[in-house]
Amino acid sequence: MAQAAIELIGINKSFGAVRANRDINLEIGRGTIHGIVGENGAGKSTLMSILYGFYQADSGEIRVGGQPASIKTPNDAIALGIGMVHQHFMLVDNFTVLDNVILGAESDALLKKSIAKARSELERLEREYGLEVDPDAIIEELPVGLQQRVEILKALYRGAEILILDEPTGVLTPAEADHLFRILGQLKDQGKTVVLITHKLREIMAITDTVSVMRQGTMVATRETRKTTVEELAELMVGRRVLLRVEKGEAEAGAVKLAVKNLTVKDTRGVTMVDDISFDIRAGEIVGIAGVAGNGQSELLEAISGIRRAVSGSVMLDGKPIDLTGAADPGELRDRGLAHVPEDRHHVGLVLAFEENENSILGYHDDPRYLKGPFLNIDAIRNDARDKIAKYDIRPADCRLKTANFSGGNQQKIVLAREMEQDPGVLIVGQPTRGVDVGAIEFIHKRLIAMRDQGKAVLVVSVELDEIRSLSDRILVMFAGRIVGERGPEATEGELGLLMAGIEHQEAAL
Amino acid sequence: MSAPYAKLPAWADYGLIPLINLFVAFVVAGFVVLLVGENPLRAAVILVEGAFGKGTGIAFTLFYATTFIFTGLSVAVAAHCGLFNIGTEGQAYIAGLGIAIVCLSFDSTLPWWLTFPLAIIAAATVGALWALIPAYLQAKRGSHIVITTIMFNFIAASTMVYLLVGPLKPAASQAPQTRNFLAGAELPKLNWIIELFGAKIRSAPLNVTFLLALVMAFLVWLLIWRTKLGYEMRTYGHSPKAARYAGISETRIIITAMMISGGLAGMMALNPVMGDQHNVAIDFVSGAGFVGIAVALMGRLHPVGIVLAAILFGMLYQGGAELAFEMPAISRDMIVIIQGLVILFAGALEHMFRPYIQALFASFSPRSVGMEAVKGKGA
Repeated sequence: MAQAAIELIGINKSFGAVRANRDINLEIGRGTIHGIVGENGAGKSTLMSILYGFYQADSGEIRVGGQPASIKTPNDAIALGIGMVHQHFMLVDNFTVLDNVILGAESDALLKKSIAKARSELERLEREYGLEVDPDAIIEELPVGLQQRVEILKALYRGAEILILDEPTGVLTPAEADHLFRILGQLKDQGKTVVLITHKLREIMAITDTVSVMRQGTMVATRETRKTTVEELAELMVGRRVLLRVEKGEAEAGAVKLAVKNLTVKDTRGVTMVDDISFDIRAGEIVGIAGVAGNGQSELLEAISGIRRAVSGSVMLDGKPIDLTGAADPGELRDRGLAHVPEDRHHVGLVLAFEENENSILGYHDDPRYLKGPFLNIDAIRNDARDKIAKYDIRPADCRLKTANFSGGNQQKIVLAREMEQDPGVLIVGQPTRGVDVGAIEFIHKRLIAMRDQGKAVLVVSVELDEIRSLSDRILVMFAGRIVGERGPEATEGELGLLMAGIEHQEAAL
Repeated sequence: MSAPYAKLPAWADYGLIPLINLFVAFVVAGFVVLLVGENPLRAAVILVEGAFGKGTGIAFTLFYATTFIFTGLSVAVAAHCGLFNIGTEGQAYIAGLGIAIVCLSFDSTLPWWLTFPLAIIAAATVGALWALIPAYLQAKRGSHIVITTIMFNFIAASTMVYLLVGPLKPAASQAPQTRNFLAGAELPKLNWIIELFGAKIRSAPLNVTFLLALVMAFLVWLLIWRTKLGYEMRTYGHSPKAARYAGISETRIIITAMMISGGLAGMMALNPVMGDQHNVAIDFVSGAGFVGIAVALMGRLHPVGIVLAAILFGMLYQGGAELAFEMPAISRDMIVIIQGLVILFAGALEHMFRPYIQALFASFSPRSVGMEAVKGKGA
């Protein structure tokens, strides 16, 4: 291995009694791409935050380029040549690319000189690494893939030799992700060191040289990427064997349960987000909607579930129309057997400040089972919650615990348990496994397929192409508010990727 | 990433931390007292003795506390629904009008125990209606409730001035207030309860409204944590999006919560008007609505906390008055400074000492804090 760019020796970090990092040792070779994988809460982000100066380790040593380093703030990290690209971009939306690049690195009281300097520097970086971005473009007008490039440019402009990327592909199309990987490859060729944090094992296999696996705050293994397999990494992450692809039989599609016809939905600014969409879902099948985030999937879900009003079109549930004009009451739709697992469980699907049992009745709090006159039937609610906890293996098994204290996977199980146990005819699920650990993904997928096999109509919207492909009996691809194609589950990733990027759609339009 | 602060046991969260905050507030206030050349320890003794030392002091403290329980509950109910009701002051003030109408109409014919329920209904109704307009504007037009309730405080004040110097004032009187109520609208005192414990009371305004306040504190607890309506209010308060998802009507919940809040604010007026002054006078609320915000925050929006915080503020009011009397260098304004410091440390800087306390707890018994956060891993 080449000389180490970063060495972490015996790093410990606790938050109260929670030991987020335990005795971590890690060596990252100069000029390599090093992947770090682990489930949510395994301590990846904490470790990188220590390296970048957001937190300080309780004990342990960091060496950068062989020298012991004291990193107390992100400025120290930048001075040592460490740059970070965050999962959520840290850009000023209404500034230009140039403005964002120099932000915090202005050399003069007047901006003119800094801007001129930055412009020539950016040109050099673009040439060297293939990072083309128009320096005068306004950030909010750029697609996410380019915004991410600006983040990388920011780090390089500050002289980063070591670049940390935190879940960089979450918001990208497969094509954009490929482009990112080419850029990372070029950075590596130029001698830069890249640290890639991700939970997508296939990306690790595709571009990293070495990979380290974290589990519950400890570093469980470091492997040379070409000598390991996805299965081995998954097992190391979870601590047991996992099925990466759920097994399911043929769908036995029955009668149409949900019929969407010419549905058009606008967002609050009046922009058309769902454009004249029609599709059916039958009993006993899972229909998956693939697409890059922001192509109208969220608005589609909200319109069907009665949260957002539609401009035109119709939705029939069991052959009877849903009132879309007055924004149908989501409670009424629940009564009619439409259950909804929303995309955003933190703000919509759950109230994080509530006890678990309080969340297990959200939306069903009108049900007489949970009430005694105007009062809540606390005993009934808690017993009901305990049943669901047992049935869905929600951990910790404490219905009085605050929901915020559950892990992402368990929070999602709380929502799924609530919606599935109402025995709905139609279940619509947004991002079933976003921010959910590998072990729970398997469980959730099995449950969704069990619902299908019980003859429910299931609609799954996900930006994870793997998930869509492994769950769906039919795949619809959304791009720019329209359904641009329908494929069977055997469709290749490349084919779907092109549809998601709107390629075939545009060619057809020409 | 895990939350940087782990959990504390409930007794530390609700007991120890407020006490530490309070202690620090008094220490800083002590420096202020030192600055004006008085002995802070003696000042503290006078303050506490003035509030709790004699029967009369206790009765006054509880009388003030009664007022603050109502306004604190009012602020808390709205806050549970995510609404910042700054209009408690105005809602209480205008409720005086409802009480005036009931008392002036019936005080010569009905006994107090019939006038009182009527006055409760009138006060609550007027307070609720005064909160209805800002609530409606928030729910339907998106007008910010903080702005509208502040405006409504001014409207209430102007309206009451107009009424008290005009229609409600007896013709011959020079004072801007209603005529004094007759015995039928005078509430019985509760001083005998304190006298049961052997204390002597000369004359103090503690009255049956105190019991009403305690009943209301219980009912608010019942409402917030044990009813469907309270569940819906809390859902909306924590996350309007989750409430929409759950099929809770935004308009209905905002209006309901604000009207309950306004009703509680209105009941506050019963205490000074029927229990003490026996008339409706200009500015009888005198800032109690705003103190209610501090009381609600300090009481962590929980009725038990609110009752305790109200008693603390009652103590500051009563003990502070004694202090101003005993130590001429300390004026009424100094008392306001001390109250301000309590609000600052107990409200605004509530979490200042939390990390240290947590570190302390973690070092003593790691199992007592934050273990929940890790138990769920690996599911």
